Amino acid sequence: MSLGSNARQPRSPHPAPTRSLTLTNILFGLAVVAIVIFCLAPVLWQVLTSFKLTEDIIAIPNIYFPTRFTFDHYIQLFQRQPFWRYVLNSTFVAVTSTITCLAIGAPAAYALARLHPRGSHWILAGILLVTLFPYILLIQGLLQIVQVLHLANNYLALIITYTAINLPLTILVMRSFFAQLPKDLEDAARVDGYTTVQMLIRIVLPLTLPALVTTGILTFIASWNEYIFALTFITEDTMKTIPVAAAQISGSSTYEAPYGPIAAATVVGTIPLILLVLIFQRQIIQGLTAGAVKG
Amino acid sequence: MTRPSPLIDPIQARDRRTGLYLVLPAVIVLLLVFAYPIAQAFWLGLFANNLGTGLQPVFIGLGNYLRILGDGFFWQTFVTTFRFTIISVLLELVIGMGIALVLNRAFQGRGAVRTIAILPWALPTALIAMVWAWIFNDQFGIANDILLRLGLVSRETLINWLGQPWTANLAIIVADVWKTTPFISILLLAGLQSIPADLYEAHALDGGTPWQGFWRITVPLLLPQILIATLFRFAQAFGVYDLIQVMTGGGPGGATAVVSLYIYANAMRYLDFGYAAALIVVTFVLLILAVVLCNAWINRSRSKASGAS
Repeated sequence: MSLGSNARQPRSPHPAPTRSLTLTNILFGLAVVAIVIFCLAPVLWQVLTSFKLTEDIIAIPNIYFPTRFTFDHYIQLFQRQPFWRYVLNSTFVAVTSTITCLAIGAPAAYALARLHPRGSHWILAGILLVTLFPYILLIQGLLQIVQVLHLANNYLALIITYTAINLPLTILVMRSFFAQLPKDLEDAARVDGYTTVQMLIRIVLPLTLPALVTTGILTFIASWNEYIFALTFITEDTMKTIPVAAAQISGSSTYEAPYGPIAAATVVGTIPLILLVLIFQRQIIQGLTAGAVKG
Repeated sequence: MTRPSPLIDPIQARDRRTGLYLVLPAVIVLLLVFAYPIAQAFWLGLFANNLGTGLQPVFIGLGNYLRILGDGFFWQTFVTTFRFTIISVLLELVIGMGIALVLNRAFQGRGAVRTIAILPWALPTALIAMVWAWIFNDQFGIANDILLRLGLVSRETLINWLGQPWTANLAIIVADVWKTTPFISILLLAGLQSIPADLYEAHALDGGTPWQGFWRITVPLLLPQILIATLFRFAQAFGVYDLIQVMTGGGPGGATAVVSLYIYANAMRYLDFGYAAALIVVTFVLLILAVVLCNAWINRSRSKASGAS
């Protein structure tokens, strides 16, 4: 016991450094507090607004600590508008896009990591390049495809697009995971008579489940948040996704913006993502880092 | 290259073929969604295809491109975009580095703070734009309220944040910095964690201050992450759409209109498809040029860094 505490203590033999250390500690603590406020304050302000009475929302000066709370804005959101539909729509599009992206991306990543098909270099270079493409450059050409194939107001248009825009990151991250797997396992599987595809499905993919979760989360977040394609391809009101549906509340009345419902809509649209971040923060950090380093 | 090399054994040849089948669906989807629209823009950019031509393509050669040269508003959006991109990315690098340095130290509750620090990145940009539009609301916004309580403005001189050109530009930069700094701090944090601590200890023993250590050790060793983050963010900020569309709609008077908004308006509102295509081509070419230059710069500083060590 005494050994353990000794090992931690004797870093600062003189009293003077200790005092300067506490000063740095105070500054450091302030920096941590500043980060927390910087990241949370705008969101918390919106949450607070969503529970305030309308007269408190437009009170001057602002009321930071309201004494009255209401669910009216949420009730209005779900009664006047099919807002639960939008939640369902977003969930459906994001989940199917994620599954499609993994189903197409994981085999491709495995092939690029292990099987070296012809043109691998070109494929990888192309993947790196398209990670930098702004979506605006694609919108007109994609809209033409959507019209020719009669996919307007069809979620397939969004699912294919979301699959494509998330494929580069999925492939890059999965490829680095596959490349790290020990090769002996695959050699042993081959000796046992597995074909490449059987081996991929039964042995390799189960081992890379963490990587699948990581890339899946990133794809889900990107698909849930996407705005410009959803705005353009889906015009039918009941089919809209959350970001588009929420953004149009503010545009619906010119004279008196419905601040309360807007705030409530923001909160409803962000809650699933806040939950995802709370549960999967390690995977998100891992995926982002791996994707960028490979890029 | 036409004959299979005799050095490749049959198993390897079969692997390559299987590999091709496995990679093919991804390649097809990527070509459809990324390559086709760009190719189409190059082709369509040679035609006038708008309400004036009854939405039928009429070949006009480089006519659209000549029109772009004389299109003052396009170049204005270009300058706005460039200014937005440079200022946002610089601020994000500085703040992101600060956050990464703090999160790199061990302290109680670091996991929780790290979770909070990635939150802004994960939230939908369109909704975040509404949050910031509310904060910068001229009458009820918290930005004005704070300035009022600090005595910096009075009730009569409240700032109409989104209603004046330069404050509106400031507001969209603040919102973008808030939203995307976490991305940069995550990348930089990963880089920081790979720098061995004894480097700093040795530097301190040699009498170096932490500030010198930051410039002599941290920045050079973090250079790859810094450059990658910059390149990523540069391209993303250059294509910014939803944040500005929802926050200001490009206003007031086009002061915050960026290239993306202008292209979208031409394609979707004015139905000037040929011209929108030419705008897409010009933006694409300029972006590729910027990326190639950036990339060359990254490679040069990388080889310089490895040559120095």
